[in-house]
Amino acid sequence: MDYTFQFGLLLNYLPQFISGFWLTMLLAFVGIFGGIALGIGCAVASTLPGWLPRFLVRCYVEAMRNTPLLVQIFVIFFGLPNIGVRMSPLASVFIALVLNNGGYIAEIVRGGIQSTHRSQVEAAESLGMTYLQTLRFVILPPALEKVFTPIVSQCVLLMLSTSLVSAIGVEDLTGAAMIASSETFRTMEVYLMIAAVYVLMNFVFRAILNLAGLLIFRRSRRNIFRGI
Amino acid sequence: MLLPSHFHREVNMSVVVANDIRKSFGPLEVLKGVSLNVEAGEVIALIGRSGSGKSTFLRCLNGLETVDSGLIQIAGHAMSRKPAALRELRRDVGIVFQSYNLFPHLTAGENIMLAPVQVKGETKVAARDEAQRCLSMVGLGDRFDAYPDMLSGGQQQRVAIARSLAMRPKVLLFDEVTSALDPELTGEVLAVIEDLARQGMTMLLVTHEMGFARRVADRTIFMKDGIIHEGGPSAEFFTNPRTPELQAFLRSEIG
Repeated sequence: MDYTFQFGLLLNYLPQFISGFWLTMLLAFVGIFGGIALGIGCAVASTLPGWLPRFLVRCYVEAMRNTPLLVQIFVIFFGLPNIGVRMSPLASVFIALVLNNGGYIAEIVRGGIQSTHRSQVEAAESLGMTYLQTLRFVILPPALEKVFTPIVSQCVLLMLSTSLVSAIGVEDLTGAAMIASSETFRTMEVYLMIAAVYVLMNFVFRAILNLAGLLIFRRSRRNIFRGI
Repeated sequence: MLLPSHFHREVNMSVVVANDIRKSFGPLEVLKGVSLNVEAGEVIALIGRSGSGKSTFLRCLNGLETVDSGLIQIAGHAMSRKPAALRELRRDVGIVFQSYNLFPHLTAGENIMLAPVQVKGETKVAARDEAQRCLSMVGLGDRFDAYPDMLSGGQQQRVAIARSLAMRPKVLLFDEVTSALDPELTGEVLAVIEDLARQGMTMLLVTHEMGFARRVADRTIFMKDGIIHEGGPSAEFFTNPRTPELQAFLRSEIG
């Protein structure tokens, strides 16, 4: 093996890489937090009385979890124009990422809600609280606390999956790398470099999410301090 | 419809009126026509074997169970299935459960403050003062910031009582609140309830603590097979049980 690594050439593409990096950050950010909001909403809807909301959420969750994200992106970007819904590549991938993440988060949060004992709801209702108050103050906080770790894992996974948007020409970090590699033929260098950047972003997002968790869930914070 | 005046007075004085309550779970009829009037300030003990319907009856009184037929009026509210009316009723009717049911993610103080702030619209400052006062009443004035899992069962149950008290209920329902506790912890919870009785709180207690019922309850009611089998002033009730069923029950409970 006499391959000579030449990273110097990549410097010419620094502006593209930087803008790609920021786009990836933005995609991940929107996908993660949009998905969390959508997922929580769907999880709540699936616990409402009546079969219709539960059925609709079920269909949505199964559709998202049983098809590849790439296919979802294709359906939205290539498929929807056929029925008259035309969107830019960027708008398409934002929607695809939020929908995809929302499906997974909904399923995770639903598990958390279901693990909250019925007696908690009885206690809240017996104090005269409305269903929404019970949901907001009694059901959701411990449910989200319980499933926080799987939510973080899912969101980091989604951050990595944003690379798929390059398939429809969105110039995220991977998209920028594809261009750079096809113009310089330094394929190995290009992809190794962005792999390192993804690792770094992974750490950053994990840290941000865990920190957010500590801020939100005071009880877990207490456990950490107790551990020290 | 015009009612005779004495009936009006009776209704006004009764904090709890239950009239011919019937309730089935599927084919099983657990309440077969239960009627009970409770005056303001009275303490009523409900005793009986498990499955006799006493807990179900108690849960009917704040709408946790719906009734199939019969009339319930409690703390000036008619029982309703309408959510808004039911919430109004529940503001005045506190309940304490066997398994405490504290909210695990909130401190003792926050558990108590939640409903006064959210349901009654009190300010946090006022609710905090009130929560502190209620915690002191149950002897836990120094545990405001403790999470439920840092408290013993007896302490958790006392926080649960304080949480009900903070709503300033007109009636308190106790559903076997010491059944999950060691004898030693049972004592501290019963002492709190006894204290409330002295202060004139209207209470209905489902309990297995015969000595406590005899000492604290004004009246004790023995339920069997979904009906009130025998009931009366506690002193008389325990000294001279009339029916053989109650005699047998008391023998088995007291030994």
